[in-house]
Amino acid sequence: MIFNRYRRGLFITSFLAAPVILYLVYVISPYIQAFYIAMTDWRGVTATPRFIGLDNFERLLGDGTFWKAVSHNGALLLLLPLITIVIALFFAFLLNVGGPQGLTGIRGSKFYRVVFFFPQVLAVAVVAVLFQQVFRPDGSGMLNGPMMALGISPIGFLSDPDVAFWSVLGVMVWQAVGFYVVLFSAGLASIPRDMFEAAQIDGAGRLSLFFRITLPLLWDTVQVAWVYLGILALDVFAIVWVMTDQHGGPDFSTTVMAAEIYRNAFQYFRFGYASALGVVMFFFTVGFAILSLRLSRRERIEY
Amino acid sequence: MSTTPRISRRELLRGAALVPVAGALAACATPASQPTATASSAPAATSAANPFGVAADKPLEVWIFDGGFGQDYAKNIHQPLFKTKYPNVEIKHNATKEITKVLQPRFAGGNPPEVIDNSGANFIDFGALSQDGQLQDLTPLLDAPSWDDPNTKVRDTIDPSVIEIGTYDGKFSVLGYVNYIHGIWYSQKVFRDNGWQIPKTWDEFIALCETIKKSGKMAPFTYAGKFPQYLYEPLLTMAAKIGGKEVLVNIDNLEDGAWTTEAMKSAATAWAEVGAKYLMEGTTGLDHVQTQTAQNKYKVAMLPSGSWLENEQKTTTPPDFEYGMFPIPDVTGSDKMPYGTLHTQPGENFIVSAKSPHPQAGMEYLRGMLSKKAAGDFSGLVRTLTVVKGATEGKDISPGVTSASKAVTDAGANTVYYRWFNWYGPLKDEAIAATGQLMSGGLTPDKYLERIQKKADEIKNDSSIKKYKR
Repeated sequence: MIFNRYRRGLFITSFLAAPVILYLVYVISPYIQAFYIAMTDWRGVTATPRFIGLDNFERLLGDGTFWKAVSHNGALLLLLPLITIVIALFFAFLLNVGGPQGLTGIRGSKFYRVVFFFPQVLAVAVVAVLFQQVFRPDGSGMLNGPMMALGISPIGFLSDPDVAFWSVLGVMVWQAVGFYVVLFSAGLASIPRDMFEAAQIDGAGRLSLFFRITLPLLWDTVQVAWVYLGILALDVFAIVWVMTDQHGGPDFSTTVMAAEIYRNAFQYFRFGYASALGVVMFFFTVGFAILSLRLSRRERIEY
Repeated sequence: MSTTPRISRRELLRGAALVPVAGALAACATPASQPTATASSAPAATSAANPFGVAADKPLEVWIFDGGFGQDYAKNIHQPLFKTKYPNVEIKHNATKEITKVLQPRFAGGNPPEVIDNSGANFIDFGALSQDGQLQDLTPLLDAPSWDDPNTKVRDTIDPSVIEIGTYDGKFSVLGYVNYIHGIWYSQKVFRDNGWQIPKTWDEFIALCETIKKSGKMAPFTYAGKFPQYLYEPLLTMAAKIGGKEVLVNIDNLEDGAWTTEAMKSAATAWAEVGAKYLMEGTTGLDHVQTQTAQNKYKVAMLPSGSWLENEQKTTTPPDFEYGMFPIPDVTGSDKMPYGTLHTQPGENFIVSAKSPHPQAGMEYLRGMLSKKAAGDFSGLVRTLTVVKGATEGKDISPGVTSASKAVTDAGANTVYYRWFNWYGPLKDEAIAATGQLMSGGLTPDKYLERIQKKADEIKNDSSIKKYKR
């Protein structure tokens, strides 16, 4: 009996060992190495970097550009989940229970569901290049062209430092919404129909249906969406790097933490310093995930 | 008492599982803990025909930056030429748009390739390479006989600024192959058809902008708004013309107040006026290709660029466009440097890796590139001038290159250059961001210069950044 249990343990361990080893090598070890590199002055080509302790972290405190990037990530962290979730909830509600009878979607909802998902299918780089054209500042721009034809002076969507950040936010929302519409639709599908029916018989309008039934029952899904979008807001990189002028410009008005890490590593060849920035970003992200899960915890509604 | 070590099967398995983990952990992202010793076998004997001792059958690996010049020049001009002398050296040709991504791990891993065209937006930092002893000292190349004539040293066949600019930590180690010539570019046809004259003074330049603007035919001026470094180039050249070469030397050397001198203020004020009055609509949001294409479509008259422009635009330029280039006009009437002063600077930087298996062949490859035939054919193919003296003599070259090479001849010794943008990346990005703001009116000339000065001071006081002097 004991022998058998031992055999079984070994059998299970042998299966678990492979993923654990892979995880250690490809996930945990790069983290540990990043922490180590952050305390060196490694410039990327040396075989033996010099250990300099916490100097990089001290330098980071006075790095105005990095804190500008942090503030942009912070603004995205507040706005991106909020705007995306509100729009996605609204669309999901209309697509599933927003129809005149309250139990079906509005007309053409199947078609819209597909259309909303389109942006999600496109690669981020494609989206970025696409919007560079949409936002072109002259008459060839998709937005500025018609505006100029109407005599409105063109907007520098990506070239005006006061506007560029909002353009980036807009593109990120545009790309994210579709996925969350689908996610919330799936959530809605699992809410028993009779709840909506009962509410309707009791005379609930669309607003009460949404706030009294849909939202509370979707809370778990919304919470997951919030964490995902928050992490997206913290590690945004490609869209900023590819779409904006000067990779986070003009005048650093759209730069984000990941862009500054990349810039320091691969353009300034300060890999040690870039790793220090990466370590800080790691703590921001983990801190956010823990906090948001704690704060949004509430009693599950059983049904 | 038995002391025989007893290893249970479980322990054995555990041990076996950990060994590869430890190995993999050590090999992942961090640099190799020990530099791989270069297994350089004894070089072959040197001779006049083979000055570096290239081994006849050891391979040579070449990496070309696949940018504005493409990679055909290496495959069809330089490598066949090398092969004529060393038919048994196998050349491994590679090209990439991302030099750093591909080659930085190879340097860190201790097996870099021999020859690298370390150019483009993502080149590997020369300072970092030099600090780590990765750059082959190319002084023997300078002192070797030239490919064409055994009685002339390579040193005497190239522009002397190449040696000055390619010297890192006291060793000549970077070969700039192309001579970049900066100026204001226009269509000779357009100027002829409209009777517009090349402006010799800044007042004439402003008057010309005014004339073009009033004509309604096209906008007077544009620059690659997304990349304001295209605009700080004429600004700095103008400052050097007003205040002398030392304006740029002081900036390179991070001297106190180097950015906020009177010459810099005059230049910044002049260009801010152009930014406020004469730019093509939407300039700030367009890149170099978009603005250059607008010029080819006759939507704008003038833009600042370098001698690579003609090749870059060859597919969109109308056949009768006729590129021309003029230097920065006289500004004050008492400019320290005369009319015709030019910013010329060797670029398209080639290096040989000191830690590669066959650096001798790398240097020999560069010696071949510096032959008159290689340089002349290169100029013909990619429409640009090399640092090799007289390589285009007697060749039929394009109007833009003709115009640029005439400007160089006219300038004589009155050429300027600057290096801070290659030495201090963060300063470059600050200057780019601020120049964009200067041109769109977000910064006054004073605030503009103060801002860059502040960044220069920051870099000067940061002990972790290696400092350079010229």
